[in-house]
Amino acid sequence: MADWIDACAKDDIEEEDLIRFDHGDRTFAIYRSPEDEFFCTDGRCTHEDVHLADGLVMDHTIECPKHNGQFDYRTGEAKRAPVCVNLATYPVKVEGDRVFIEI
Amino acid sequence: MPGIVIIGAGECGIRAALTAREAGYDGPITVLGDEAALPYERPLLSKPNSGGVVEKLIATREALDDMSITLETDVSVTAIDRDERMVVRAQGDPLPFRKLLLATGARARRLSCPGGDRARVLRTMEDARAIYSAAGTARSAVIVGAGLIGLELAAELTGRGLGVTVLEAGPRPLGRNVPERLASKLTTRHQQAGVEVLCGVQVASCTESDVVLEDGRAIAADLIVAAIGVEPNVELAVSAGLTIQNGIRVDRRLVTDDPDILAAGDCAAVEMRSGLHLRYETWQNAQAQGEVAGRNLAGGNKEFDVPVWFWSDHYEIGLQGVGDTSGQPAASREMGRDSEILFFLNDAGALIGAAGLGQGSAVAKDIKIAQRLIGTTLDPVLLSDPAHNLKKLLRAA
Ligand SMILES: Cc1cc2nc3c(=O)[nH]c(=O)nc-3n(C[C@H](O)[C@H](O)[C@H](O)COP(=O)(O)OP(=O)(O)OC[C@H]3O[C@@H](n4cnc5c(N)ncnc54)[C@H](O)[C@@H]3O)c2cc1C
Ligand code: FES
Repeated sequence: MADWIDACAKDDIEEEDLIRFDHGDRTFAIYRSPEDEFFCTDGRCTHEDVHLADGLVMDHTIECPKHNGQFDYRTGEAKRAPVCVNLATYPVKVEGDRVFIEI
Repeated sequence: MPGIVIIGAGECGIRAALTAREAGYDGPITVLGDEAALPYERPLLSKPNSGGVVEKLIATREALDDMSITLETDVSVTAIDRDERMVVRAQGDPLPFRKLLLATGARARRLSCPGGDRARVLRTMEDARAIYSAAGTARSAVIVGAGLIGLELAAELTGRGLGVTVLEAGPRPLGRNVPERLASKLTTRHQQAGVEVLCGVQVASCTESDVVLEDGRAIAADLIVAAIGVEPNVELAVSAGLTIQNGIRVDRRLVTDDPDILAAGDCAAVEMRSGLHLRYETWQNAQAQGEVAGRNLAGGNKEFDVPVWFWSDHYEIGLQGVGDTSGQPAASREMGRDSEILFFLNDAGALIGAAGLGQGSAVAKDIKIAQRLIGTTLDPVLLSDPAHNLKKLLRAA
């Protein structure tokens, strides 16, 4: 069953940036792209157990804070070593000024 | 048909092989490495977890097979025959090459004092296993050298309950690559954890139970580790008649004196824009130079032009640095929770480097932005103001 979770307000995330969102014992990263679209991935890097929230968003790429691995946060695709395993992604919808993720 | 041959199966050699293939080279690629293990991430050797040494592969056998890259482990290259364009292995026939990459890395320097062979070193998976296994029964450890690896190891061994003393010949810890202010914060953290740090001391000898200093003091040590830096593995290049200048000397395209032989990573002294040849010993440098070498092995003409970046982990603290941080900082950005970043500008006011430390990844984002701002003229007042988002400077640049 689809489970839409009200995660944050649009303005909680700066343009071309991300925030951390915890739900139960899971943790996610929610992104706002330069085109003002929203995306959601797993919060932790697939290389080591490091949260992506302190990473840098440039265009559609999130660069991991730890060893500079990169993912396309729209698809979760691993783009640069040392990461080689893709990130899980989750559907996002915006209603009014709220951002919902389906997990 | 002779193809690409790469000597050294570390980060640099493997990255070069993968990049050459990705760049479209379709001939044979062979990587020869003298370690028995599959290529692994060396930085983790000083950052074990509760389960012991973390063995993370740079690339699995399958990933290399998929790219039609031949990896020979436990194979030492003993000579390069430049006239015949072949490399000689300890066993087996000589292997002809069209293009050759030396990615032989570096080896840990050993203590030369009497009894110096009692000191272990930390460079390979085997070294790491031996150290952590000895640490299991040891009560005291002396680490010679307060560099990044020595201090990371000190944190780890203290955490395991050993009494740890770090001996440094220089006037302060981390004198080679970390700005004084950050080095002193980090040292304080080590001291809080119980690590004893002695600077300006020389080791006279190592005995079965002690490390004896020149001033006569004896420090009990069940385990001795020398973390006094590395020496580039240049012997093959020397005997092949290539120029050495604190490493195998290469131009900006990572090419040696011989147009078909490249060198990259910890073993290479690379020509910088300034004309100086510099050799770096960081993981990202090995990766970035491996990528450039891979492209050029495949027929490309790329120059190495990436500011060198490093990280280091001590307890809960993450340290990161990028570019040249050897001078006096022009700005300091205090970001709360004990996080701080120092920025280094040249005489013209352009950013040349930044280094910072903080809890976990606290400084990572701003160091990444700094990396992209290198070369840009920046206002120290804005850099110092934590309320001013550095990304704004990047957008304006
Ligand atoms: C304990 C430790 C911790 C570190 N931590 C960090 C860190 O936190 N951050 C960071 O940025 N960097 C760190 N580094 C540095 C980083 O690991 C190195 O810069 C990087 O591994 C260099 O890669 P390389 O491929 O150039 O050389 P290497 O990794 O040294 O690989 C070279 C390989 O070539 C092999 N070889 C040499 N000669 C021959 C021959 N004749 N025939 C066949 N094979 C040969 C060697 O045995 C070796 O396997 C650390 C290093 C160590 C040892
Ligand atoms: S933890 Fe993300 S790249 Fe290593």
